[in-house]
Amino acid sequence: MNYEHKTMNRNKEFNMEKFVISVLVENKFGVLARVAGLFSARGYNINSLAVGETEAPEVSRMTIVVDADERIFEQVKKQLNKLIDTIRVQDLTGGEYVDRELIFIKVKAEKIGIREKIVKIVDSTGAEIVDIGKKSFTVEESGDEHRIKALIELLRPYGILEIVRTGKIAIQCDN
Amino acid sequence: MAKITGAEMMIKGLIAEGVTHVFGYPGGTIIPLLDHIYKGKDIKFHLTRHEQGAVHAADGYARVTGDVGVCMATSGPGATNLVTGIATANMDSIPMVAITGQVKCTLIGNDAFQEADMVGITRSITKHNYLVKDIKELPKTIKEAFHIARTGRPGPVLIDFPVDVQVQMAEFKYPKTVDIKGYKPTYKGHLGQIKRISKAIAKSKKPLLYVGGGVILSEASKELTKFARKTDIPVTTTMMGLGAFPEDDRLSLGMLGMHGTAYANHSVQAADLIIAVGARFDDRVTGRIDDFAPNASIVHIDIDPSSVSKNVEVDIPVIGDAKEILKELNKIAKKGKFDEWHKTIAVWKKELPLKYKDDARLRPQYVVEQIYELTKKEGAIIVTEVGQNQMWAAQHFTYTKPRTWVSSGGLGTMGYGFPAAIGAQVGKPDAIVFDIAGDGSIQMNIQELATAVLEQIPVKIVILNNGYLGMVRQWQELFYDRRYAFTTLAKKDCTACPDFVKLAESYGAKGMRITEKSEVKKALKTAIKTKGPVVMDFIVEREENVFPMVPAGKSISEMLHGLA
Repeated sequence: MNYEHKTMNRNKEFNMEKFVISVLVENKFGVLARVAGLFSARGYNINSLAVGETEAPEVSRMTIVVDADERIFEQVKKQLNKLIDTIRVQDLTGGEYVDRELIFIKVKAEKIGIREKIVKIVDSTGAEIVDIGKKSFTVEESGDEHRIKALIELLRPYGILEIVRTGKIAIQCDN
Repeated sequence: MAKITGAEMMIKGLIAEGVTHVFGYPGGTIIPLLDHIYKGKDIKFHLTRHEQGAVHAADGYARVTGDVGVCMATSGPGATNLVTGIATANMDSIPMVAITGQVKCTLIGNDAFQEADMVGITRSITKHNYLVKDIKELPKTIKEAFHIARTGRPGPVLIDFPVDVQVQMAEFKYPKTVDIKGYKPTYKGHLGQIKRISKAIAKSKKPLLYVGGGVILSEASKELTKFARKTDIPVTTTMMGLGAFPEDDRLSLGMLGMHGTAYANHSVQAADLIIAVGARFDDRVTGRIDDFAPNASIVHIDIDPSSVSKNVEVDIPVIGDAKEILKELNKIAKKGKFDEWHKTIAVWKKELPLKYKDDARLRPQYVVEQIYELTKKEGAIIVTEVGQNQMWAAQHFTYTKPRTWVSSGGLGTMGYGFPAAIGAQVGKPDAIVFDIAGDGSIQMNIQELATAVLEQIPVKIVILNNGYLGMVRQWQELFYDRRYAFTTLAKKDCTACPDFVKLAESYGAKGMRITEKSEVKKALKTAIKTKGPVVMDFIVEREENVFPMVPAGKSISEMLHGLA
């Protein structure tokens, strides 16, 4: 053929990143299933998802942390927008936002010396012991990703029995 | 205000939405609703012989009329039998409302008799769906369902309608308007972007219009044709776009993609500007994506933002309705001058035409060509099944008008054609409707012969009978060393099992068998003259292949030409 054939990579390679989106949806039954189903049907990865009512009771807000590359993330936003029950998709990743997560860590605490050490760690980090058992403590912490990660690492050597976390919630800063 | 039942509300809603035909199948949880259709006069109910027949018929009806197709089925198995048809409509963006009976609200979730979670099952294959548990929500739900089905990028909407809500009484006031916070499709294109298209055309030497089903859905064929002729830009269509641009126009390159014309595919690869209108860069069109249109900037006009830059990075996106955007483009479009480009394409057209071995044998392409020859004056609606029959029908018939080509594109649903043809004929009672079928796919919904015969729906079925699942056999021949794994449907004699002529006759339809090329014209003429449905069993060359062909995953520059 008399045309010049060159290969142009139309799909640029992107790196996987974490994106935070805030999605306003109708507060109706089945909406969570629509959102979760969209992710599974299209093979997108949810890192965490937190959902609750907003200032308007007919509207819920989902904070979703997505593991994706830039190209897939664009599709995630568009597909979420396409859902009839989605009112607005707000991408927080680029701008200024505050995020928090609540975590419970049940840590092994049997020997007296160890129990003291854990109490010290908890005090120094500003976390709180919310349940004192014979063999374990339950520690509560809320904060951003770094704060929570740091606490987990500090407690890990003592033996973490169980972790329960809410997933991230986030709000855009007013500027 | 007087109170009426949920079933009556539904009927009133359907009438308010302009519904005149419903395709369906009865069952326990839909009796109250069907009872009201039976008692009324405004809606004609078409009883199919399988729920899948009903949903495909509603789809065929929608494709030829542009209206919303409506089908109904009972809960559980009736509803799950709609699933393939709903997915078919969803992939091709066909406006449809499917209404399913559901067990009583108090039984939902109890694994009751004939219970299935239809909202859950159809979530990913509908544009939206509803379960109506509160009769007060019903009028708004009906209004929204039709609004969502027919606006924006159209699609199927399911309403799951529990039997107890069908008999509950409430006051009925049908809403005049719809306001859905999260659903406001964009129709007007961004004028700045539209100007950029015009500038890109002015800079281009080898522009190409790549047109999909969206142009048909938005009724934009006239505007598109005007735009192409004014700017002198050649046009290739997807399979879904057949009929959006007259194929007998000098600017037409026919269909592109896996079984597209060689000259359309070469034009894509050589183009420096591709203007996609209502098309979605499907893998059957692009072939290996990295090699698709390597020299071109890409313009994408589409109503669905999620279609843009999904498969191919787009340089100039314009979100909106194809018709609106083409109207704006026509205002600023300048007369193009692409003589060199047309010359290049003319050489390809001459050297690599669409052809087949036109010898004395009965070949399927010849049958399709003859259907065109015999109907080109008055026009015909061509409905197809899926496989080789579909590709030959796409290649060898010349489509000149929108809504004359009805085929399952995205999902590729075997068994679609015949019931869709019934729906198409109901929608266009005066048209000549052909279902071009293979001997495999026709058997998937052959039971609808009863529907066609009893309602005297005069669909002409053309079975291109080669005794194989021909398209899969072709892949096995080309890529699996001729190991025909489970694709042989007839042993030696394609007329034995089943004997389609006897089968047709057993339903009371006219059956014909054609084994010689010389008999084709006469048989088709007889069929067109016959008032009722006709089954024509064409015993064709068994191992005929569809060419050209781009093997799956290859670049569209790497076409297999067969004879061509």
